[in-house]
Amino acid sequence: MSEAHGGYYVPHGTTWPIVGSIGLTTLVVGFANYLNGSSSGMPVMAVGLGIVLLMMFGWFGVVIRESESGLYNDQVDKSFRWGMSWFIFSEVMFFAAFFGALYYARILSVPWLGGADVSTNEFLWNGWEAAWPTNGPGEIGGEFETMGAWGIPAINTLLLLSSGVTVTFAHWALKKGNRGPLVLWLLATVILGFTFLGLQMYEYGHAYHELNLTLGSGIYGSTFFMLTGFHGMHVTIGAIMLTIIMLRCIKGHFTADRHFAFEAVAWYWHFVDVVWLGLFIFVYML
Amino acid sequence: MLVAKAKQTLVAVLGGAMSMHAATVSAEYGLNLPRGVTPISRDAYDMHMLVFWVCVAIAVVVFGAMFISIVRHRKSKGVKPAQFHESTAVEIVWTIVPFLILVGMAIPATKALVAMEDTSNSDLSIKVTGYQWKWGYDYIDDGISFVSSLSTPKEQIYDQQSKGENYLLEVDNPLVVPVNKKVRLLVTANDVIHSWWVPELGMKKDAIPGFINEMWIKVEEEGTYRGQCAELCGKDHGFMPIVVVAKNDEDYGKWLMAQKTASDAEAAAAERDWSMQELMERGEKTYTTYCAACHQGNGEGVPGAFPALKGGKITTGPSSEHLNLVINGKAGTAMAAFGGQLSDVDLAAVVTYERNAWGNNTGDMVQPSEVKAAR
Amino acid sequence: MSTATTHDAHHEEHPGGLLRWVFTTNHKDIGTLYLLFSLLMFMVGGAMAMIIRAELFQPGLQFVEPQFFNSMTTMHALIMIFGAVMPGFVGLANWLVPMMIGAPDMALPRMNNWSFWILPFAFAMLLSTLFMEGGAPASGWTMYPPLVLQTGDAFPFLIFSVHLMGISSIMGAINIVVTIVNMRAPGMNLMKMPLFVWTWLITAYLLIAVMPVLAGSVTMLLTDRFFETSFFNAAGGGDPVMFQHIFWFFGHPEVYIMILPAFGIVSQIIPTFARKPLFGYSSMVYATASIAFLSFIVWAHHMFTVGMPLTGELFFMYATMLIAVPTGVKVFNWVSTMWKGSMTFETPMLFAIGFVVLFTIGGFSGLMLAITPVDFQYHDTYFVVAHFHYVLVTGAVFSIMAAAYYWMPKWTGNMYDERLGKLHFWLSTIFVNVLFFPQHFLGLAGMPRRIPDYAVQFTEFNQISSIGGFAFGLTQLLFVYIVYKTIKGGEKATDQVWEGAHGLEWTLSSPPPYHSFTTAPEVK
Ligand code: HEA
Ligand code: HEA
Ligand code: HEC
Ligand code: CUA
Ligand SMILES: [Cu+2]
Repeated sequence: MSEAHGGYYVPHGTTWPIVGSIGLTTLVVGFANYLNGSSSGMPVMAVGLGIVLLMMFGWFGVVIRESESGLYNDQVDKSFRWGMSWFIFSEVMFFAAFFGALYYARILSVPWLGGADVSTNEFLWNGWEAAWPTNGPGEIGGEFETMGAWGIPAINTLLLLSSGVTVTFAHWALKKGNRGPLVLWLLATVILGFTFLGLQMYEYGHAYHELNLTLGSGIYGSTFFMLTGFHGMHVTIGAIMLTIIMLRCIKGHFTADRHFAFEAVAWYWHFVDVVWLGLFIFVYML
Repeated sequence: MLVAKAKQTLVAVLGGAMSMHAATVSAEYGLNLPRGVTPISRDAYDMHMLVFWVCVAIAVVVFGAMFISIVRHRKSKGVKPAQFHESTAVEIVWTIVPFLILVGMAIPATKALVAMEDTSNSDLSIKVTGYQWKWGYDYIDDGISFVSSLSTPKEQIYDQQSKGENYLLEVDNPLVVPVNKKVRLLVTANDVIHSWWVPELGMKKDAIPGFINEMWIKVEEEGTYRGQCAELCGKDHGFMPIVVVAKNDEDYGKWLMAQKTASDAEAAAAERDWSMQELMERGEKTYTTYCAACHQGNGEGVPGAFPALKGGKITTGPSSEHLNLVINGKAGTAMAAFGGQLSDVDLAAVVTYERNAWGNNTGDMVQPSEVKAAR
Repeated sequence: MSTATTHDAHHEEHPGGLLRWVFTTNHKDIGTLYLLFSLLMFMVGGAMAMIIRAELFQPGLQFVEPQFFNSMTTMHALIMIFGAVMPGFVGLANWLVPMMIGAPDMALPRMNNWSFWILPFAFAMLLSTLFMEGGAPASGWTMYPPLVLQTGDAFPFLIFSVHLMGISSIMGAINIVVTIVNMRAPGMNLMKMPLFVWTWLITAYLLIAVMPVLAGSVTMLLTDRFFETSFFNAAGGGDPVMFQHIFWFFGHPEVYIMILPAFGIVSQIIPTFARKPLFGYSSMVYATASIAFLSFIVWAHHMFTVGMPLTGELFFMYATMLIAVPTGVKVFNWVSTMWKGSMTFETPMLFAIGFVVLFTIGGFSGLMLAITPVDFQYHDTYFVVAHFHYVLVTGAVFSIMAAAYYWMPKWTGNMYDERLGKLHFWLSTIFVNVLFFPQHFLGLAGMPRRIPDYAVQFTEFNQISSIGGFAFGLTQLLFVYIVYKTIKGGEKATDQVWEGAHGLEWTLSSPPPYHSFTTAPEVK
């Protein structure tokens, strides 16, 4: 134990965090200016995004090099694992806020507006009845149709579930040292992930152009797009990370018992999976 | 009583020294919750005093023990420290005893709360609507409605005039209720969240746009009761008071009649055509009460927050668009839909006024009948 | 066997100059940065409070316009909470947690640097809104819609600065959790950890759980304003009150985030100066955990007047009242620790005792607020303002000052000036009560909060409060001077510093070496 302590790797000096701060700030200042209608917004945002990407490449690059040169002992590895787990937990809580909004609307606010709260309905929204899906008594955004659960969403569920399986197969292969199948299973996972995204994009197009279902479609549109949208963003990040892991596997990184980065991404992927199941059940099915 | 005594001493010691400014105004400072004039306010007061004294008692015990320890158990007195540091028995005791005390408080609190939330069997319902920054009252059963806004002049606020007795707590049209009747208030808002509160009536309810909250009051003494909006609602949050006048049945009946007559006259006025001068006079009044808070008396607005109407694109453009904007407001901004608040006459007058005041000399006139058609 | 890694081998050469502070991964450097940042923000937030108190010195509008007054209230609170108190505690954790558990550094040193270095950017952005069209945010720190949606150009900057603060807090909290679970010296099992470490472990969990929820809620504000969503718009089926639920689901745990580390600090200090072990160590741990758990199910006590169904009001009232039980356990344990001790009253102890008394007073007013039928009267009045300043200023801030006096000799190697320290304590304690105690009376007598001007019967107490405020504010300049003087020099501190001090941090030299424990100590 004390052995591990003495060898805990403490890096000295780091430039990437400050680059990250500058990048993030530039990004959000640009975005804020854009939202305020300034024409300088977009370019500033692009610069910020560029800096953030640079920071990510740089920072991850350093970590990968250190990892490959064996600087990280078991205890460092464990720190990374704990760190990743709690990061994922924080992401769960982020989604919880939006699921909370969905439940609140469905269980409380929509019924109240629609008559469960007698005076509210009688004096302010007379004649409107609670229903779900809905764009509210003001019919914000106009009439719309919803996405059936058993079309693309069901296919997407299958895709993501199978990608959870393939990534697990890849993990097994890695643990057994079978590098060939490892890369193949990872490739399958990546393909499944990007296919999911493609279908999701298609679905959004369909919703916007044919169903008149938009972010502006009242509370239904709001919760639908924010939940699926943030999920989609996470799938995108996950798929990119999986691609990088795959490239690293091809380059020969990771060993059968030392592959934190691989596992971190796999955990992340499973998390994205589970969120989707929640979405499929609570947004599409019920 | 202790409180009263503490009050005297405190005021003598502290207030006396620094009342150089306050001396000019009559000041009747309270130290405690008012007991109020409704069953609810008395329940609240009793609960307040109960919990207060429980806390005082616990404080005496806890701080007393601590104080004794601080005095006695000092190193400077040569005390050798004891080494005890655990006792499951006392931990259990001081978990259970406070719990029981809390149960003792929760029971009357529950009873009081259940009574407060029971709005059934009311004699009268009044809809209360919060606007930035005034209150609208609709007597649902009697069909009268009016708006109530601050009547303290600006000069007093900016220290150019000495402050009156009811500084900031006075309105043009108070809410009038009959005594000893259970009055149900249906509280809502038109723009942002406000909160309707009169301390002596014992209840506060938030006014939420799009929802109605119910509360009830039963004022048991004739008189005038003052309160304020209690939820931050923008720049003039501190300037939207509430005044309730409780009248006996007879006076209330008279008041009601007078209101009805006035509202009939207003309805008749909407039917005829108005002259430019009439419209401008009426419009200036309406503008000062409803619009000047944001767009300023001189029509120049506040850069960045409220647009200038003097020489504005809308106020000098087509009058139908102008009228439309005032009736429907602009969603997502502080510019509210005034169609619901103002009568046809007021709307016609204010639009006419804006189109001709401050050198906007468009010469346009808008008649009440046009407003009716535009709604 | 001090070090096995190549990097540590040349750890004697400190990176020099200002850039050292920008690039550092050292927990002590980062701790110092956090603490200084916190002090700076306390000054900025305090200066805004002074504007508030100046305007409230007498009725009528003298100095500022109402809109700007509201901006001051809003910015004061955001800066004090996210800029002063939270970074203050994180700074203490950075300095102390590794030293207390026998670790060489924080578990994730690079991320540690980033957690800090987001903050100056976030606050620069927030402060820049003061100069924007439409003014700084003026909707209260609670940012309730629809009012907050009327903010001018500042609006997206407000949202994004909150996002950045959230990212910083989450990374900081993850780092602390990981350090505590993974970096303890052999033998330092959980029930041997100093209470400061325990309270921070639990606080960090709270942070990780609720900061993302805050991020979610302000994201919904952003989309409601710019992307046509209807989360908080009844016409679209949403509800403005929904924001309040989500916000307070974050907000209530947040207030315990600002008090649990304070409990930890006081639990370190009192035993030292009572020269007697902490009474009821394990019940302190359980009480902290219970408070944290309960903090998730009481949020709607901030919203008793929004018109919740009766059952909801009852549930939240009962749950809120329950928090008095574990908090009481803590207070009783502190008093029992003093009981029959051999006490001395150096400045840290004075602040700790001040904390116990004044925090308890704040707790009592909290309990009164929890009683729903009376909260209808108290809500949104100065009674609430008095309550939370007692728990925040004489609670959280006093504890940070106690901690500063207690550990400053360890950090700098120099003793602070005891005479000035005591003066600082007494002036602070007297004036903070002159400042906030009269606000109870104001609230009870009916003065709403967040108003720039008030009815004449509130004049006296407001004047007293303002005078207390100016005096308390000036007193804090003394604190700045004491800190400065201690950093510059002074009587050399011994390694143990305090006669009654126990714990690993006191086994290190004063000031401690750049890497705290390169070899893990044995803990018996
Ligand atoms: C550090 C911060 C902190 C802490 C620790 C607390 C602690 C508590 N708070 Fe406070 N609170 C705030 C910060 C804090 N609060 C803030 C910032 C706001 C306003 C936010 C805003 O609107 O801007 C607020 C507002 C607030 C409200 C809403 C008021 C309103 O807006 O109407 C309520 C209502 O229940 C409340 C209750 C409590 C309770 C019951 C506790 C309890 O934890 C207190 C427990 C402690 C004790 C009770 C004392 C010690 C106990 C004993 C000695 C044992 C024996 C005692 C008994 C059996 C009585 N608080
Ligand atoms: C940790 C949090 C924290 C801290 C430390 C403080 C500290 C102080 N607070 Fe604040 N306060 C809040 C959190 C905090 N507050 C919150 C959450 C709100 C609610 C906001 C809302 O409604 O949205 C609030 C609201 C609030 C109000 C109500 C405003 C309103 O409703 O409109 C007032 C009014 O008196 C006030 C006063 C003070 C004062 C005088 C101090 C003092 O303790 C400050 C002392 C410090 C200094 C003064 C700085 C040091 C000195 C100098 C820089 C030198 C210059 C000094 C002079 C010129 C004298 N605060
Ligand atoms: C609470 C503040 C507030 C009050 C009170 C208010 N307005 Fe406005 N008004 C605004 C704001 C904010 C806008 C800008 C809306 C936008 O962004 O287009 C506006 C815009 C306008 C415009 C369009 C100006 C232009 O050139 O774009 C007119 C006309 C107007 N208001 C008339 C009125 C009238 C008439 C009243 C009173 C009956 C009134 N306003 C009361 C806030 C207010
Ligand atoms: Cu209306 Cu405050
Ligand atoms: Cu709370």
